[in-house]
Amino acid sequence: MKLTNIPELVNRRWPEKVQARLDARRAACELACEPGALVELCGWLVAELGYSFAGLIVEEQQSEWDLRYVFYGDGEAGWVHVRIRQALANAAFPSLSARVHAADWHEREAEDLFGLVFEGHPRLGDFVLHDDRWQENLAPMRHGFDGRRPVVRREPDLDWRPRRIVEDPGAFAMPIGPIYSGVAESAHFLLETVGEDVIRTIPRLFYKYRAIEKIAEGRSVADALLLAERFAATTAFAHTLAFCQSAESICGVEAPPRAITLRVLLAELERFRHHVGAIQEICESTALAVANSQAAMLEEELLRVSCAFAGHRYLFGLLVVGGLARTLEDAACREAVERARGILQRLDEMETMLNASSSFLDRLEEVGVVSEQETRNYGLVGPVARASGLACDLRRAQSYCGYDAFSFEVPCEHEGDGYARLRVLFAEARQSVKLMEQAAAALPDGPIQVPKVEIRPGAALGWSEAPRGATFHWLRIGEDGRVARYRVVTPSFTNWHGFHLAAEDFAFQDFPIILANFDLSVAENDR
Amino acid sequence: MSQWVRKGLLTGIKTTRYPAREETAAGVSPGLPLGGPCSEEQASLLVARCPTGALSRRDHELVVDYRRCVHCFRCRYGSGEPVRWQSGYEWATAPSEKTDPRRQLGPAFERSIHILVADAGDCGACLNEVKQLNNSYYNMHRLGFFITPTPRQADVMLVVGPLTDHMRLPLQKAYDAMPTPKRVIAVGACALSGGVFGPSFVCGSGVAELLPVDVEVPGNPPPPLAILHGLLVAVGRKPPAALLSPATRVPAKEVNAP
Repeated sequence: MKLTNIPELVNRRWPEKVQARLDARRAACELACEPGALVELCGWLVAELGYSFAGLIVEEQQSEWDLRYVFYGDGEAGWVHVRIRQALANAAFPSLSARVHAADWHEREAEDLFGLVFEGHPRLGDFVLHDDRWQENLAPMRHGFDGRRPVVRREPDLDWRPRRIVEDPGAFAMPIGPIYSGVAESAHFLLETVGEDVIRTIPRLFYKYRAIEKIAEGRSVADALLLAERFAATTAFAHTLAFCQSAESICGVEAPPRAITLRVLLAELERFRHHVGAIQEICESTALAVANSQAAMLEEELLRVSCAFAGHRYLFGLLVVGGLARTLEDAACREAVERARGILQRLDEMETMLNASSSFLDRLEEVGVVSEQETRNYGLVGPVARASGLACDLRRAQSYCGYDAFSFEVPCEHEGDGYARLRVLFAEARQSVKLMEQAAAALPDGPIQVPKVEIRPGAALGWSEAPRGATFHWLRIGEDGRVARYRVVTPSFTNWHGFHLAAEDFAFQDFPIILANFDLSVAENDR
Repeated sequence: MSQWVRKGLLTGIKTTRYPAREETAAGVSPGLPLGGPCSEEQASLLVARCPTGALSRRDHELVVDYRRCVHCFRCRYGSGEPVRWQSGYEWATAPSEKTDPRRQLGPAFERSIHILVADAGDCGACLNEVKQLNNSYYNMHRLGFFITPTPRQADVMLVVGPLTDHMRLPLQKAYDAMPTPKRVIAVGACALSGGVFGPSFVCGSGVAELLPVDVEVPGNPPPPLAILHGLLVAVGRKPPAALLSPATRVPAKEVNAP
């Protein structure tokens, strides 16, 4: 599929209802569409042209709603933005989630935060703002709402119950969280069981909702960058990178070559560290003590490498719009890569040993299975999708940071179970070190920052393949040079939506293991 | 399975000697900006660069409010004359004389406390650093510190995150369920001042809004050794750092106004 063919195809199919406009510089096609044609058009893009749903961006303009459904394809297929606009007074829109199920949570969020109505959506309400605490129709993302001040909230309703729970003889619901386990992020799970098997899993999230999209509004671009860096700090670099790329696209600047190559090096260092951490959590969940402590040591060593190399254990403070804040010397890069290579060697040894530990494999194989079809329907991303046969990776599909000049593989497995996800993590860790080696060997000389970035009004999408999967950052800079709208779609938000697929129909005691190998961050979801 | 036993034994001892001896390995701490004498011109420049109001100027002195420092490094990189930098990790302090834990926790707790880790909206970094305390490099079990999943067994609540609205009730309930005597350690810039997130309509400006904080550990995130120092301060085995003595504290400033 070529992006340039889209206008013609659309004109033939919906001659009156859809207007197409190509933006060659950004490899994007904008389809302005009437609300009546939305569901059919988006369904067609996904089912027949093979596009993936990236996210829904809602913007409240001066006098109208501006809804943007973003889709992306492989290489030349580029980006498609389906846009519907209608007067502010009319907040009712057709629901897309029955045709494109990946849009489900996006619609629930927009309903909760903007007060939009998605007609035909079966499950709205109680999502971001919990119903037992917040009054209905607050719509905090509307411009009229002042996000800087506390609001008068009602007292928590202690008798609040979920809308629907299984009521069968012998059935019981097991609530877990929000404070649970040793060192766990705050989230609530309602596991409904009949005997041993979990038949329904209802995660209740957003206990950690910090509203970064709201509080970013009105801040300077440099200060909004701090939010992008700190809302999900275990994958801080990837998110800040996506943010910087959208700001750079708006302002028409390009980071110098040395900065771009260093960005690849740092992004892969972060991915390597994150994957080792994810492997450690899987070992921990299966109670394999020595493997757990070995992996934990490797993670700590990588944190130390990051700090000694780049100044911060989670790579804070490095990215700025227009390049990097400080230079990293060639010798330091080579040393970091050398140490990463040594750590990878020990990780490889560990993988060999894990593959020979039958009690460990028993807990992972054929547990938490997600089929390829389900993965497509839910639009899952990252290692989770790649373990279910979907070899999607933004570094390949829509290359950024010059990733197309590097040679690397996108590992893919087909079983979709916990073991497949573990193998993908190991394989990707190897690819990351390979990329780090290439980046350190190909470091161009020169500046690391453009001399001056002139902040201009405009809007653009930035993206990157974060360690947990595709992330999309939409930034709009207003006439005053401050952030007017910031929208973040994170891989954890996408994958939490499909988490229940893996957890259901498996035994109770598998739940922590599935949770660990699904590799989700609550902070990244809650924002 | 015997291969794992062998592997474990061959690894040898990796654990730090801290607190008996200082840990000097590279990369254990990102450090913090250091205040002190400073030319008026440079101080004003640095203060202007600080996005959270952590730096302020008093005459010829640069004052650092560590509870607000979010490790953006803007005072260190890219400015003409960078701020002085300290590389240690013993940062934990007791916010006031009255709550100085050495006066309150008895000797019975010195070598055994159970810790409830509560996440009040953390970005994942502080929590990940707390998790590192159980790896072989830090191994806090050797000091008698244990993480417990239940508030009923907990002596200390270790709170991370800026206090999101949805976590207020769970946090209060968990605190109430803990037996007395109990202590609260706030870990990270977000838990101390709201960081880059609070105050806002969903976020507080730190845990002290809801619970009495006995020990403060600054950093964004504080490295594992700083958190370990916080625990040692909480049981009275280490003196608190002089970092945040009330004299150097600057009054809170409205930081989120655009």
